[in-house]
Amino acid sequence: MKAFNFHEVKSVKEATKLASNKSTFLAGGMTLIPSMKMRLSSFSDVIDIKEIKELYGIKVKGKSVIIGANTKHADVAASKEVRKAVHSLAGLAEGIGDPQVRNCGTLGGSISNNDPTACYPSACIALDATIHTSSRKVEAEKFFTGMFETSLKKGELVTAVEFQIPEKSCYIKFPNPASRYAMVGVYIAKFKKEVRCAVTGAQSVVYRCKEIEKALNNNFSESALDSVSLKSSNLNSDIHASAEYRASLIVSCAQKAVAGSK
Amino acid sequence: MAASMIGSKVERKEDKKFLTGKGRYTADITLANQTFAYFIRSPHARAKIKNIDTSKAKKASGVIDVLTAKELNEDKIGGLIAGWKIVSKDGTDMKIPPHPALASDSVNYVGDHVALVVAETLQQARDAAELVKVDYKVLKAVVNTGDAMNSESIHDGIDKNLSFDWELGDKAKTDEAFASADKIVKMTLTNNRLVPNAMEPRASIGDFNPSSEELTLYTTSQNPHLSRLVMSAFNAIHPEHKFRIVAPDVGGGFGSKIYPYAEDVVVAWAAKRLQRPVKWVCERTDSFLSDCHGRDHITNCELAIKNDGTVTGLKVDTIANLGGYASLFATVTPTYLYGPLVLGLYNIASAYCNVKAVYTNTAPVDAYRGAGRPEATYMIERLMDKAAKEMGMDRAEFRKKNFIRQFPHQQCLVHNIDSGDYEAHFNRALELSDYSNFEKRKAESAAKGKLRGIGFSTYIEACGIAPSAAVMSLGAGVGLWESAEIRFNATGNISVMTGTHSHGQSHDTTFAQIVADKLGVPMENIDLVHGDTDKGPFGMGTYGSRSLAVGGTAIAKACDKIVEKGKKVAAHMLEANPDEIEFKDGEFIVPNSNKKKTIGEIAFACYLPGTYGEIKSPLPEGVEPGLKETAFYDPVNFSFPAGSHVCEVEVDPTTGETKVDTYTCVDDFGNLINPMIVEGQIHGGLAQGIGQALYENAYYDETGQLVTASYMDYTMPRADNFPEFRIDYTCTPATSNPLGVKGCGEAGAIASPPAVMNAVIDAIGTEVSMPATSEKVWKALKDKSDTKKKAA
Repeated sequence: MKAFNFHEVKSVKEATKLASNKSTFLAGGMTLIPSMKMRLSSFSDVIDIKEIKELYGIKVKGKSVIIGANTKHADVAASKEVRKAVHSLAGLAEGIGDPQVRNCGTLGGSISNNDPTACYPSACIALDATIHTSSRKVEAEKFFTGMFETSLKKGELVTAVEFQIPEKSCYIKFPNPASRYAMVGVYIAKFKKEVRCAVTGAQSVVYRCKEIEKALNNNFSESALDSVSLKSSNLNSDIHASAEYRASLIVSCAQKAVAGSK
Repeated sequence: MAASMIGSKVERKEDKKFLTGKGRYTADITLANQTFAYFIRSPHARAKIKNIDTSKAKKASGVIDVLTAKELNEDKIGGLIAGWKIVSKDGTDMKIPPHPALASDSVNYVGDHVALVVAETLQQARDAAELVKVDYKVLKAVVNTGDAMNSESIHDGIDKNLSFDWELGDKAKTDEAFASADKIVKMTLTNNRLVPNAMEPRASIGDFNPSSEELTLYTTSQNPHLSRLVMSAFNAIHPEHKFRIVAPDVGGGFGSKIYPYAEDVVVAWAAKRLQRPVKWVCERTDSFLSDCHGRDHITNCELAIKNDGTVTGLKVDTIANLGGYASLFATVTPTYLYGPLVLGLYNIASAYCNVKAVYTNTAPVDAYRGAGRPEATYMIERLMDKAAKEMGMDRAEFRKKNFIRQFPHQQCLVHNIDSGDYEAHFNRALELSDYSNFEKRKAESAAKGKLRGIGFSTYIEACGIAPSAAVMSLGAGVGLWESAEIRFNATGNISVMTGTHSHGQSHDTTFAQIVADKLGVPMENIDLVHGDTDKGPFGMGTYGSRSLAVGGTAIAKACDKIVEKGKKVAAHMLEANPDEIEFKDGEFIVPNSNKKKTIGEIAFACYLPGTYGEIKSPLPEGVEPGLKETAFYDPVNFSFPAGSHVCEVEVDPTTGETKVDTYTCVDDFGNLINPMIVEGQIHGGLAQGIGQALYENAYYDETGQLVTASYMDYTMPRADNFPEFRIDYTCTPATSNPLGVKGCGEAGAIASPPAVMNAVIDAIGTEVSMPATSEKVWKALKDKSDTKKKAA
């Protein structure tokens, strides 16, 4: 780790004011700290936002669940309100990392980092979320722009995520055997008007799988996916899973997600 | 004394400190005026070093020095050695390239040591390391085991990258068996390369005392005495009598901490050269890159079989990867620790084994839990499984038919097996695994859309390494005896010095149990001292499941000497004849009388030989004061643990995921000292073996970069990958040591890979290689169904 200036801030205003081109926000630090320790990244200033109280909390309001950016995965997993409103969202949080990660890592940190194998981005896409930031509100589909890239501007801070409550939903992750990040993660949410299917871990950034959505819009059942065969040419390939294998896993995860939807 | 300590599940003496965070590891040690070291490692698998420019780094803030091969040569520090000479079948000696502790003109794997930066803080050392400019001429790397012999030589003068071409067995006789066989079954197997992954990464602290001229090295070692010998005699760092090596608590080794590494040599030397303590702690990524790896074989093997199922011959042809250089025990691992074991538990009349060891631009490969024996067991057990299927015989019955039944048994290769009852543990394993109801369970799995398979594995190990005369005649550079010293203190408690080293094996408890039984002293009054060359006698360390069979026996023998002396003293004090004194439960007794002395009283008397009532001195004439005995033990033979394991897996055909559903093992380790500790050793071994079968793989890409250099990509098995293990034992005591013990440390890792793989292959009905990852299994199933479709 290289030396840096450390700031602990109490408000969003204070945080954004301190931000510069060479600074970073520190939320849970689950990705940031290891990458700094390995000298893969370094910053002149680290702005610790953990003490910003306004970024914590879970609210169910009408047809949406609003979760503060600093809310830890363990809190989402344990929240009765979340579990009642969107069962799968609590389930997703429960399956991230290990107890240490879930007790440190935050929703805002996860989506701002936008790891292509992270779980939360798929929830944002499938649950048609709106990302609240220090300066605006962004649709999830416009937020995740590329591998580790988002539409956040320098110094802009995610403050909350507003998820829409579906009729039923389910998230199925096929974990990478080593890291246990999603090798493929499929989030299926059935709304009154449409079925949304978000896939993480399979491309450079989370995306909606139109083939699966189409099949499920016609017939929301496992068997509706029996004949779906996905192209593998645009999927990731690595030592753990070829593109062809990922294509097959997406369908089998989607079938398990349909079966598990509630 | 209460019941015998030997054989009881005594709680581990060491648990309290480890579970409460009071373990003291090398990295926990901080010395006054200490500096911090950072190694600059090669980013290339193969390159020539044209120039190393350290000028900028030397001027950086806090930097004390930057050391390279130039300075090593100035001080005439020797390179690392290969400690076991192997002779090729044409009579020539193995070819060993120079292995400098800091690379002088070439680097041969990613992670190879190039320079050392020493600074006031670790931060400063790391910052300065970025300023060292190494000018490399990158060359095409030789990476694959199978391609090495057809590639450009990576070391001058080592043609085809071949270190040796070794053979074992009677080729002509084996050829005859194959000529007269009714059936020949062949297969090709890959034994995947593994990273040892000890929980504690390696670390070293060198400390030179300019007053006493004593050099101390604190290090993560499995055998500090041997390290000191090698570093004195071959690396010429410091004379042995002025050189102290301390291996404090060590968090796992699995073989990877047997050898003195380049880092140990360089850190010890740097401390002496710079006259300041130098501390180095390995980071996890460096550990992946530079700890010696394990396994990495490609093997062609075949069995000659008669129509009735009798196996009459075995041929084994193996290419073993040594990596970039030959590490200390690298040459014995794929030869004498492998070849003699290829016969498994079977009575096979002829066998021939050929091993070619090759250099590649990968991390050195050396002994890793089981060392040679897992590779041998994987080969024979996969081959026996395939043969049974091709013969149309039940896999269990085929094995049983070929078991050795008479003991002692002289195998056709090397070993003379003293004891065993293979059918006993195999039958017990079949019973405990409920083999007879397997088809029922298979049907239940099928109803859920899952594929169930069952796999067997039997194994034999040669442990308790080893009779010195035997191993030295086979090329070992040292004898492999063990030492112990029992120091009875005047107040009645005991310090036990052992030359072995505990880094997870629970010696503090197991050895104390032996002493408690032998001398009738409570466990809490016995302290085991190990891991410090200044404290105990020279010993050969811990590896190869040798500590109990060899080191434990040395302790037992030292206890016998204590009792012998105690009898003389007691006899004198009790006015009896030493021959009639009996020693039992800590008391010296004159039979048929009420005359007795406790061992505590005798110890006290030995140290304070004043007047005792009528007796002027408790010591008879000619007996020296004090109560301390040393014993060295050189075993008469190896010990031969054996066992039978049964694994059941369930495969999800849609994803290829394999779940180990049940795992049963019945082992014959001879007598058990502490069954709870043995169970722990089995669990750990199984975790590593199942890890090899399903998850772990050290993968180098074609340029020689280690792709799996972190836990993000190297799949370590986790607790949720395993079922509850069903464990039982049979017992035929070893006859080669007085304790009747055989060794249990490696069995799990040896037996389990073939048990798991035979089960996976049984489930999916087609071949797959280790590790059987979900993708590989999915692909194997897909290829099988595609082939079927094509045929139809």
